[in-house]
Amino acid sequence: MSLQKNTTDEINDPLLAQALKNFKASVDAWSDAAYDRPRKAVSVVRHGWRLAASWALAGVLAVCAVAGVAYERQHRQEMARIAAVKASALKAQQQAAEQVRLAAEKERARTEQVSGAKARAEQNIGAADEDLLATVDSDVSRQVPAAMEPLAQLMDDNGTPGSGTQ
Amino acid sequence: MRGNEASTKVMAAGTAVKPLTVEAVGVAAAQEFARIVESHRPQIFRFLLASLRDVDLAETLTQECFLKAHRNWQHFRGDSTAMTWLMRIAINLQKDYWRNRRMQFWRQTRSNAVDLDEASEWLPNGERTVEQQLLAREQVAQVWKAVENLSQRQRTVFLLRYVEERELSEIAEATGLSEGTVKAHLSRALSRVRGELRGTR
Repeated sequence: MSLQKNTTDEINDPLLAQALKNFKASVDAWSDAAYDRPRKAVSVVRHGWRLAASWALAGVLAVCAVAGVAYERQHRQEMARIAAVKASALKAQQQAAEQVRLAAEKERARTEQVSGAKARAEQNIGAADEDLLATVDSDVSRQVPAAMEPLAQLMDDNGTPGSGTQ
Repeated sequence: MRGNEASTKVMAAGTAVKPLTVEAVGVAAAQEFARIVESHRPQIFRFLLASLRDVDLAETLTQECFLKAHRNWQHFRGDSTAMTWLMRIAINLQKDYWRNRRMQFWRQTRSNAVDLDEASEWLPNGERTVEQQLLAREQVAQVWKAVENLSQRQRTVFLLRYVEERELSEIAEATGLSEGTVKAHLSRALSRVRGELRGTR
């Protein structure tokens, strides 16, 4: 016990030194008693159902995790597909609207063209009529005898109406 | 290396005249280890019991300590004493135990740790009066209370010094701390114990 003297003698406080001595003696007594006690062989009862339940729970959790991941993935794929369909529909709609717009523009241009042609045709017709009328007028005016000339030709020299006109 | 030492020792003792075979060296090493187990097991058990206050757990960790020592016996170079080496293994096992227990806090761990009053009941049967025994029991309870409130490192150092009565250098070697750090831990631990005894904590 020379070591004990060393360790406790370095403490100047007698109360502390005594308490540490008592503490060591207590631990020694407890340790000796516990060390020398008769050992009991205890058979370890394994709770099989606990192990099974643990494995079952772990399996359920694993399945849930995998299912969750698969569902999430499928959901994302579905959302992506819907978005693609929507985008294509929108694009088709835009293309149709564009086609309608182009057709309307073409129609308008054609209408304008037709109306212009019609106007030009009407103008041409008007001019032709005027020309015809002018021609007719000139022809008619040429055949119209001068005033009193026909009568003069129809009359005989003696002043009676001749038979030449019969 | 261990085998060589063992063969040397056996030859020095004069028990072997003819050159030792590998089997003989192995037997000698096993005998030497058995002797070490025989001599140091109570001390390792006592240290673990004081640290954990759980008899079953102390026995289990003591077994593990010597199992580990047996596995690594051929690597023991003899730089320190066998006791220091074993104590170091025991300290590491104790650390691992607390670490695992912290990490498995959700598990309902069955603890056989005795409370402080029960631990204080143990006193040697000396020639003491009833009053002296009561006083000693009260002091032991106060020291246990102070020890319980120490940090794990302070507790280890305190128990190695005042229960196992190891030298500072041995404690430093076993705990992997410097002697200065060991002294500092001891000083703080003693201060706590003193405060508990004076009722000034």
